[in-house]
Amino acid sequence: MNLHEYQAKTLLQKYGIPVPRGQVISVAKQTPTVTSEIDSPAWVVKAQVHAGGRGKAGGVKVVKSTAEAQMVASELLGKTLVTYQNAPDGQPVNQVLIEETLPIARELYLSMLVDRSLERIVVVASSAGGMDIEEIAQVSPEKILQEVCSPLNGLVDYQARNLAFKLDLVGDQIAAFSRLLKGLYRLFKENDLALLEINPLIVTTDGKLFALDCKMSVDDNALYRQKALAEQRDWSQEDSKEAVAHHAGLNYIALNGNIGCMVNGAGLAMATMDLIKLHGGAPANFLDVGGGATAETVTKAFKIIMADPNVKAILVNIFGGIMRCDIIAEGIITAVKDVGMQIPVIVRLEGTNVELGKQMLQSSGLNIISADGLTDAAKQAVLSVA
Amino acid sequence: MSILVNSSTKVLCQGFTGKQGSFHSEQALAYGTKMVGGVTPGKGGQSHLGLPVFNTMREAVKQTAATASVIYVPPAFAADSILEACDAGVGLIICITEGIPVLDMLNVKAALKANGARLIGPNCPGVITPDECKIGIMPGSIHLRGKVGIVSRSGTLTYEAVHQTTALKLGQSTCVGIGGDPIKGLNFIECLQMFEADAETEAIIMVGEIGGSDEEAAAEYIKSHISKPVAAYIAGQTAPAGKRMGHAGAIISGGSGKAADKIRALELAGAVVASSPAGLGEAVLAAIMHKAG
Repeated sequence: MNLHEYQAKTLLQKYGIPVPRGQVISVAKQTPTVTSEIDSPAWVVKAQVHAGGRGKAGGVKVVKSTAEAQMVASELLGKTLVTYQNAPDGQPVNQVLIEETLPIARELYLSMLVDRSLERIVVVASSAGGMDIEEIAQVSPEKILQEVCSPLNGLVDYQARNLAFKLDLVGDQIAAFSRLLKGLYRLFKENDLALLEINPLIVTTDGKLFALDCKMSVDDNALYRQKALAEQRDWSQEDSKEAVAHHAGLNYIALNGNIGCMVNGAGLAMATMDLIKLHGGAPANFLDVGGGATAETVTKAFKIIMADPNVKAILVNIFGGIMRCDIIAEGIITAVKDVGMQIPVIVRLEGTNVELGKQMLQSSGLNIISADGLTDAAKQAVLSVA
Repeated sequence: MSILVNSSTKVLCQGFTGKQGSFHSEQALAYGTKMVGGVTPGKGGQSHLGLPVFNTMREAVKQTAATASVIYVPPAFAADSILEACDAGVGLIICITEGIPVLDMLNVKAALKANGARLIGPNCPGVITPDECKIGIMPGSIHLRGKVGIVSRSGTLTYEAVHQTTALKLGQSTCVGIGGDPIKGLNFIECLQMFEADAETEAIIMVGEIGGSDEEAAAEYIKSHISKPVAAYIAGQTAPAGKRMGHAGAIISGGSGKAADKIRALELAGAVVASSPAGLGEAVLAAIMHKAG
């Protein structure tokens, strides 16, 4: 789950990490209150969307007057911002953050994440701030610094110093950086973050450190114990069908094709998408219905798939596992009737009682095609939309 | 022979009296797995499915001399269960639970390393040596004892591989579902190493998916350490970047973790990579023929 910049910065402040003074608004006419409270030679107005590349897409603007700030705010609010990261659909701007501007001497990069192969929390830093880390890795990989945190000791002082000296920080900045880094580590652990990125971390002309921009995402598996964060989730930033599926307890991801997929198991669901592509079709979605493909879950899944107007056929691929195929077939038949399905449903079943299951599907009198195996299912599905 | 589990593996179930624990323990008993009891805190002293229930793992291991444990407790308590099994001296811990927070797993992995215990999973179907021992949620009936060792990050794709090798009468030596989480216990390399050393395993099927670089690491290992034929399949060629595809670990991020890179690495290592999940059986046959020259 991603947080907005303004939400992330509120958390940073809570952990003593300096951020520019700012305030978030959702109505442009609130602008004068903000600019009068935050005294600054200029302000920056930042669109709050869950995507990088906001600056290049016109979502971040420096303004010199309250009137200009209000104009930019009213332009951005209510607009859909399309950046290279969320193209082509973009995301709605429901809030803008108005902040003071600070005199920048240097821009640094700083992030924390869980490294899968090291199985540790890793701190990544670079003196080449302002650029994407992927870009730094390509252009100047030698500028990427890393410290690995042990689960026992966490992030310790010498590691902060290692980074501070390599980043050419001087004087008081070294202690300030250490404090900042240890605050970030505490924040990361206490809030079950999956990623925390400050880019850039600036050094002002008078030598102070500030987190100018911040991205945070929370481990979805930990949301049950991060209730305050879970409540901050902004569903407007996510695909509406994905949001509905999430609330129905289904794993659904929207894609661009016209063959809807309903599969049990995440691996098989991905493989089914690949198989459709391999046979010349295009999958409309990823959907894992989980182990218990009951009439109730199948009905829910069909409804979510059908909410996508591009879908012209549905491929159901279930490896029965412990659940018997006749019970699954019964669930599918009930669901097809319930939903009043008009488009063809191609079903591939495997597992215990598969013959009985197939027979039930064939004799249902509904628009259900019972396929013989994986390949046949994919071919039939592609054929049905041709 | 086989790897990890066999007919003498004595298994405890954590979360024994719960719905999942009860159902799958019953299935395991019917398959012939040597279940020796289970743990549900507060229900110690009772009997369940004809087996003793204990309050703690320490007590359960002391009374039953169990060598393996399977965990069916909810995600909020699963890390604690793994640590408890580890502390009780269980050598093989299989965690089926999906949804354990990543930061919990970092601590668990450090503790496992210190104790020398093996973990399979979490978020996995378990492990089975056909006709001897089934630990987990896989359907026992689709298996056939034989010569292919299977290791996979996905549950249902493991079943596909099993189904196809059974249909071809190749059968399986042991099937290990290593799970779909980013931080997990046994990984491809450890399983490949065990299959290479196992006399009964004549060929290996490895099923990977997008996210991380474990398949690339496995490919390097295959190149230098595996003499047996290897067939592979990688799921997620059509998966969009930046989206988590069901499994917590299945995500392409920052340009890494793509299926194409994994497929290329495995092909370079000499594995036969199936282009379709329906082609796993044929791929392993091709790999066997190729090695035989």
